[in-house]
Amino acid sequence: MRILLPFVTALAAAVSVQAQQLSGTGATFPAPIYQRWSVEYNKQVPSIQVNYQSVGSGAGVKNFLQGVVDFGASDAAMTDEEMTKSPCGAVLIPATAGSVVLAYNLPEVKNLRLSREAMAGIYLGKITKWNDPAIVAANPDTPLPATPINVAYRSDGSGTTFVFTQHLAAISPEFDEQVGFDKSVTFPVGIGGKGNEGVTALIKQTPGTIGYIEFGYAEQNGLSCAALENKSGQFVAPTPESGAAALASVEMPENLRVWPVDPAAPEAYPITSFTWLLLYKKYDDAAKLKALKDFITYGLTEGQSLATGLGYIPLPESVVAKANAALGTIE
Amino acid sequence: MSAPAAAKDALTAPVRTGPDYFLWLCGAASVGAIFVLGWIFFEIFQEAIPALKEFGAKFLTNATWQPNRDRFGVLPFLVGTAATSLIALLIALPPGLAIAIFLNEDFLPKPARQFIRFVVELLAAIPSVVYGLWGIFVVIPLIQQLGSWCAERFPNVPLLAGPAYGNSLLTASVVLALMILPTITAISRSSLVAVPRTLREGSYALGATRWEAIFGVILPTAAPGIVAATILALGRAMGETMAVAMLIGNSPRLSWSLFSPSGTLASLLANQFGEASGLQVSALMYAALVLVALTLAVNFAGEAVLRYTEKRTAGIR
Amino acid sequence: MDNPITHSPDFFEDNSPESTKMLGRSLFDRALTALCVGLSFLALVPLASILYLVVKNGLPLLDWSVFTQLPPAAGMNGGGFGNAVIGTLTMVGLALLMAAPPAVLAAVYICEYDPKGKLSNAVRFAAKLLTGVPSIICGVFAFAAVVLATGKFSAFAGAVALAVLMLPTILLTSEQALLGVQRAYREASYGLGATRFQTISRVVLPDAAPAIMTGIMLAVARAAGETAPLVFTALFSQFWMSSLMEPTASLSVLIYNFSTMPFEHQVKMAWTASLVLVLLVTATNVTAQLVFSKRHA
Repeated sequence: MRILLPFVTALAAAVSVQAQQLSGTGATFPAPIYQRWSVEYNKQVPSIQVNYQSVGSGAGVKNFLQGVVDFGASDAAMTDEEMTKSPCGAVLIPATAGSVVLAYNLPEVKNLRLSREAMAGIYLGKITKWNDPAIVAANPDTPLPATPINVAYRSDGSGTTFVFTQHLAAISPEFDEQVGFDKSVTFPVGIGGKGNEGVTALIKQTPGTIGYIEFGYAEQNGLSCAALENKSGQFVAPTPESGAAALASVEMPENLRVWPVDPAAPEAYPITSFTWLLLYKKYDDAAKLKALKDFITYGLTEGQSLATGLGYIPLPESVVAKANAALGTIE
Repeated sequence: MSAPAAAKDALTAPVRTGPDYFLWLCGAASVGAIFVLGWIFFEIFQEAIPALKEFGAKFLTNATWQPNRDRFGVLPFLVGTAATSLIALLIALPPGLAIAIFLNEDFLPKPARQFIRFVVELLAAIPSVVYGLWGIFVVIPLIQQLGSWCAERFPNVPLLAGPAYGNSLLTASVVLALMILPTITAISRSSLVAVPRTLREGSYALGATRWEAIFGVILPTAAPGIVAATILALGRAMGETMAVAMLIGNSPRLSWSLFSPSGTLASLLANQFGEASGLQVSALMYAALVLVALTLAVNFAGEAVLRYTEKRTAGIR
Repeated sequence: MDNPITHSPDFFEDNSPESTKMLGRSLFDRALTALCVGLSFLALVPLASILYLVVKNGLPLLDWSVFTQLPPAAGMNGGGFGNAVIGTLTMVGLALLMAAPPAVLAAVYICEYDPKGKLSNAVRFAAKLLTGVPSIICGVFAFAAVVLATGKFSAFAGAVALAVLMLPTILLTSEQALLGVQRAYREASYGLGATRFQTISRVVLPDAAPAIMTGIMLAVARAAGETAPLVFTALFSQFWMSSLMEPTASLSVLIYNFSTMPFEHQVKMAWTASLVLVLLVTATNVTAQLVFSKRHA
């Protein structure tokens, strides 16, 4: 009997106004804000229901190429090769952005500063203790313990790893050669946590642990983040402002794909990245296309005001303008 | 009905001829089950072909897993799968059987037994994600302490070597054991219940104590069911994805210590499938095939055990 | 059931070899009983720990509104997971309808009709192999078989993935259940002139019903708690279910999504959803067992 209830409900709901359903899959990083946009937009326009589920950027791109979703999402955008495989072309639209932070668990150390050498050295396994000279050099006023560094990384493939290793590979040729950059890499040291929350848990559990996570996780969990040395030699802490400075320092090209891998601006936080929505160039269903365009326009304009509260970085005005223009080219 | 009247009816009742439709239905269901397996196998195999061509059997002995360099080898994960499943079984089998026996005997009044049964079946109702979360909050700190203690006391034993991480082989095994416990208990209990009462009464009549009856007669008779329960539990342990991925530390490096991070084939799939592309997807499907082959090996072992017990208890049914 | 010999008044006075041996056996017997009881309670300690954690973390947000409201998005408070409850009930129920009849019928075939035949051996082999297939592969398979074929994610695809997950468990436990029916019952039935179908449907299956139910409940409990198969087939939805062919919310995916978010309210919701899931599955289990309990001793 209990089994009948959902069918009755479904029937009742189906008989009522049929909402326009849009579904998308992709990266885990922007899932919270996309889902928030979905709910807020649905309040404004109840006839449009957008469902987004995080499955990973790779699976998101795969689903997009197989045509089983209305839109995709990816932290690593799409390569040219992937775009050619799309059934109806592909348009990339940057939707939001975020910073990857190095969070650490050292109760006595409040403002850790890590030089480029230290960052790469820790993740290469060459710097193994907190009081290593390379770290002490950047923190002359802070006493550092002689304890070993527990390194944490992402065990699952992720855009966060992609962005982090991309930066490390850019600043350290040795890292590039030994480890390289990708959504999953094999680090020479450390322990893997599943998801941002897994790495966060690892950091919280054991003093002396350091790991790379999205800014929102560090913020919500009250973890200390290291100030990282950027290209200009400044030690910059992750804040919405330093993230915005990093985004503003790169020129967004025509195809809207760019990575601020190693921004040169003095106030820029070194590890920031956009995340993209993947759309087809042509949609057969006009009603669906309109709903999609309206939703994304909402996200690019009003939706940006929700970004900071959730740990993301609002898109610079110039990027929003270009994104809107790209949206207009879809038919 | 009186006996003569019934017999007369049976002799004069119409003889049923014609096809046994029910048999066909059951046969169709059987074929369907095989078809499903075949289809799944076909799908996995198709995806795995590029990796099969590229690596061949070296996939099983190579210990490097580097997706961005397109170098794949599953040895650490194979070892991890075997180790976690076996340890989980070792931890879960004695209590599981003990509870099953306990529930089948009359040490406690029936309501108390119903309650315990209910409580064990509650374990089965808990989602695997929650097992993972519980593992993170409760088991990891405990194992970490145990590991540090072991590393200090037994520094030269490679199995117990430090540094002790909470996310380790042992943590995953312990939580897996808890997850497979209800399976072992529930199915073993069903098998014990199915042992004819006459056997038990017969052994008591011959002067056996309760436990002599259990070990000498009841357990051997119920053995096929218990072996089936074990195989099912082992299969679940090898295929468990989410909880293991959250607890095992996910290290692609081969290590012999119980307290160091490890990985299993299923957790490898869970971690990397979502983001994989190109050859990596194929390698992951190849890993899934390896897991299926491992299940096959386990089943053969189970068959061997079954044949041994059947020889010993032939004729009792 | 204590051994009557130890109760005789002269037992401890008698020093003959037979009674000493009897004492030994009796002590061994009691020691094993103690061990058995000890192991049983040992296993219940972690269970108490898990339940305590789930209840402690899940109870604060538990009230009727969780069944009537939709999931809160990131940064929002309040909300519930009514659509996820409906989704889980629907998909697990549908999966049960798809998996249980074929599984039980196949078990009947390999047990009653042709126990040693080639088809039976093949079915057993297939079922045992299927038990080792990780749940994520069931999801990948259903993705290839249903999602790609229909062009969209749907509750139906989710149900197919869960059905594949449940099939081997139900099949193998049903086989054990049928094997547990005493041969004497079957022989008596045939002796009274019943056909094979009548014997199976009126004697064997009813007698095996409680054990079959145990197996089905184990399968249902597992299916309700699995995430990976549903993430690739039914996705998730922030809204009420409107049809079987659309992405659908489920409790397990909700728990997975919320527990991995950095927002405290969502994490608390995940615990409440876990509590509700455990309660739902247990309620189903208890109901099924009450309905199918053995009427004769």
